[in-house]
Amino acid sequence: MFGRLSLEALPHEWYTLGAVVSLGLGGLVAAIFLSKKKLWGWLWNEWLTSTDPKKIGIMYIIVALLMLFRGFLDAAMLWFQQAVLNGTSYGLSADHFQEIFTAHGVIMVIFVTMGLMFGLMNYIIPLQIGARDVAFPFINSLSFWLYVAGAIFLNLFFVLGGDFSSAGWLAYPPLSGLEYSPGVGVDYWIWSLQISGLGTLLGGINILVTILKMRAPGMTLMKMPMFTWATLCSMVLIVSTFPLLTATLVLLSLDRLIGTHFFTSTMGGNPMMYVNLIWMWGHPEVYIIMIPSFGIFAQVVSTFSRKKLFGYSWTVASLIAVTLLSMLVWLHHFFTMGAGANVNAFFGIMTMIIAIPTGIIVFNSIMTMYQGRITFGTPMLWFLGFVSTFSFGGMAGVMLSVPAIDFQVHNSLFLVAHFHTMAIGGALFGIFAGFSFWFSKITGFKLNEKIGKAAFWCWIVGFFVSFVPLYVLGFMGATRRLDQYDPSTGWQSLFIISFVGLLIIATGAFLQVLQLIHGFLKRNENKDLTGNPWEAEGLEWSTSSPPPDYNFAVIPGTNKIEEFHMPKNTPIGIYVSGFVFLVGFGAVWHIYWLTALGIIGAIICVIIRALDEDTEYKVILK
Amino acid sequence: MSHTETHERSLLGFWIYLMTDLLSFGVLFATYAVLSPNTAGGPNAKELFSLPFVLIETLILLTSSFTVGLAMLAVFKQAKQQALIWFGVTFLLGLTFLGMELYEFNNLIAEGASWERSAFLSSFFTLVGTHGLHISVGLLWMAVSMVMIWKRGLTPFINSKLTRLALFWHFLDIVWIFIFTIVYLLSYV
Ligand code: HEM
Ligand SMILES: [Cu+2]
Repeated sequence: MFGRLSLEALPHEWYTLGAVVSLGLGGLVAAIFLSKKKLWGWLWNEWLTSTDPKKIGIMYIIVALLMLFRGFLDAAMLWFQQAVLNGTSYGLSADHFQEIFTAHGVIMVIFVTMGLMFGLMNYIIPLQIGARDVAFPFINSLSFWLYVAGAIFLNLFFVLGGDFSSAGWLAYPPLSGLEYSPGVGVDYWIWSLQISGLGTLLGGINILVTILKMRAPGMTLMKMPMFTWATLCSMVLIVSTFPLLTATLVLLSLDRLIGTHFFTSTMGGNPMMYVNLIWMWGHPEVYIIMIPSFGIFAQVVSTFSRKKLFGYSWTVASLIAVTLLSMLVWLHHFFTMGAGANVNAFFGIMTMIIAIPTGIIVFNSIMTMYQGRITFGTPMLWFLGFVSTFSFGGMAGVMLSVPAIDFQVHNSLFLVAHFHTMAIGGALFGIFAGFSFWFSKITGFKLNEKIGKAAFWCWIVGFFVSFVPLYVLGFMGATRRLDQYDPSTGWQSLFIISFVGLLIIATGAFLQVLQLIHGFLKRNENKDLTGNPWEAEGLEWSTSSPPPDYNFAVIPGTNKIEEFHMPKNTPIGIYVSGFVFLVGFGAVWHIYWLTALGIIGAIICVIIRALDEDTEYKVILK
Repeated sequence: MSHTETHERSLLGFWIYLMTDLLSFGVLFATYAVLSPNTAGGPNAKELFSLPFVLIETLILLTSSFTVGLAMLAVFKQAKQQALIWFGVTFLLGLTFLGMELYEFNNLIAEGASWERSAFLSSFFTLVGTHGLHISVGLLWMAVSMVMIWKRGLTPFINSKLTRLALFWHFLDIVWIFIFTIVYLLSYV
């Protein structure tokens, strides 16, 4: 009846029990609050069922920030172990340590950076192209709820027990196969990625069609703002690589569920094929989260230098080049796995080549500052931070692209330092720049710049303090994913410095929260009445802050005030994603009737929605 | 928003979706290409497949692609009866195809050549099975569409969906041609 789900699986460790209790209490408090204030209806009607990309965007951001909190705590636990608890008996067990770095990686890549990006895109892209909505509002809501379902899978083991995967964020077989990971952990991982990946794919198609088909009259491709261009490229990458992830995960789960032999080490299976397939998605994935930040930075730097972006068409061409080239470099993640010298040379050279357009993008941003009237608002500081971290990490990347060097530092902390420089200094800083840039547009009030700048300085200083030691440790031979090491290596002092850096970063994050609270409390004093506090260019600044539901009363480039249609809200996205959740849940715990129920339910919901002709309401502006 | 605009957007979106689906199939094809020599001492393609049987399957699917084209012609002429008939024929052809495929699977499993036997068979069942799954989705879609044509008539709302259904069906046909060539024909050379 309940497959593998038995009483023994339920939580019984202090941390899972603690999670259950605190989640329960938190939920109770929230429920009481909502009931007291009679806010249930508001929450459901105005937010959860919304098809307004602006509201969906905000919900993406909220969920992603919660996930950031968890991802950050995970990182802190890892480092605390390495810096302080190493060699003592208080540390995490090896298993537990592995689960934490696996969860951390997945959370940060899939749920934090992607979630924050999708949030910003949902909000900003329609505004930037002068549209009232996205192309497929219902699918937008569905994408968001699939993302939420994926996020729940990632945290489910807290509440329901079992373990999370300990096979690393990309779950290489045979380790992730049934033989070596018989528990539910890898299944949780699979379904978390599979379901949120489905949401990402749908979201990618949606935003792609929005940009291609819904630009206001007169906005030709070469007039699009850089964030829109970057988003377009990123979405092209999503639709060209997420299908590979979907298929690969299906194969892995078939191996685990029905005994096929794709990636097993017996009966003709080929684990190496998995490594190829997953990186054919995995490498483009890092560009999917990186490219939108390039766009944000380009807009920030031109706004804060009071100049047009230097070399617009070169930046566009480079973005496209990066998009295409990023699909041809995946093998650099496993130079050491015996592909042979010629293959390694090819992929090494491709990887070096991709540094050229990337360099052009960054240099064009830098050149924009030349002879500009520069002001140092918070978004601009994030940009400057990005320039310093990204050149640093980029050089490390070019070093890694030489197979001979990679053989020395593969899987070391040098690599970990490199990709965090890109992920934090590139993608995350870009998101933060975008936040501070568009915040007043989204909420209608401005944030305190002083706190924002202090937060920035904590992040950038903390970043270098924590990650430079990792580069050094990498050279000293420290491999990644170490839950313990011999004290005679002398690594501990560097790990401690690293941990201090993390505390500085944490201070920065704390200041950001403070800035939000402060801004919210003082929102009436800091109203953005102009709609364009930075005196920036672009259609998003031509409407009020926050914009009305329909974004623009008159579509830019036209002059008739017309009546138009807007999508109605609908709960079907939530229902579909709920049923899809059951499909996954049944598959994780081998409760097959639940899987069947989920499939049938999802199909029925989709049919009901597809046949509904009454999905819009008319707006008449006087 | 006007119907033509919505229709155009949906059509572009659907095209992009089809391309993504093609990429997923691409992975399965690549997997098959890599794993098909790995029979792990079990039967190989040549020993297992019967070409005449598959040829009939193929012809049936090709015919159904033709009939769905006729159905769409009827839709454009707003001929409801005719459209229903041709969709009905397509549906039956698709169902026959699916039945034959299941029959083949069943025989293979009975012979002990299931997906658990070898990596080759794993990739075979997954590739062909995924196509079959798509056919099933197409059939369900077609059944619902026929009910809708019957009840609501050939409105722009329905027609727009029918256009995409037809595209989907042709797409599955093209994928099958590749399966037929790569999985079945090539095992004979
Ligand atoms: C916010 C500050 C962050 C800190 C302090 C941090 C810290 C860490 C630590 C300590 C590890 C384990 C290193 C080891 O293997 O020994 C790790 C792994 C990892 N991190 Fe982060 N990280 C942060 C942000 C991010 C972000 C933003 C991303 C991606 C967008 C990211 C992606 C990853 C990945 C993919 C791994 C590898 C997981 C694995 O080995 O399977 N991290 N991080
Ligand atoms: Cu890469």
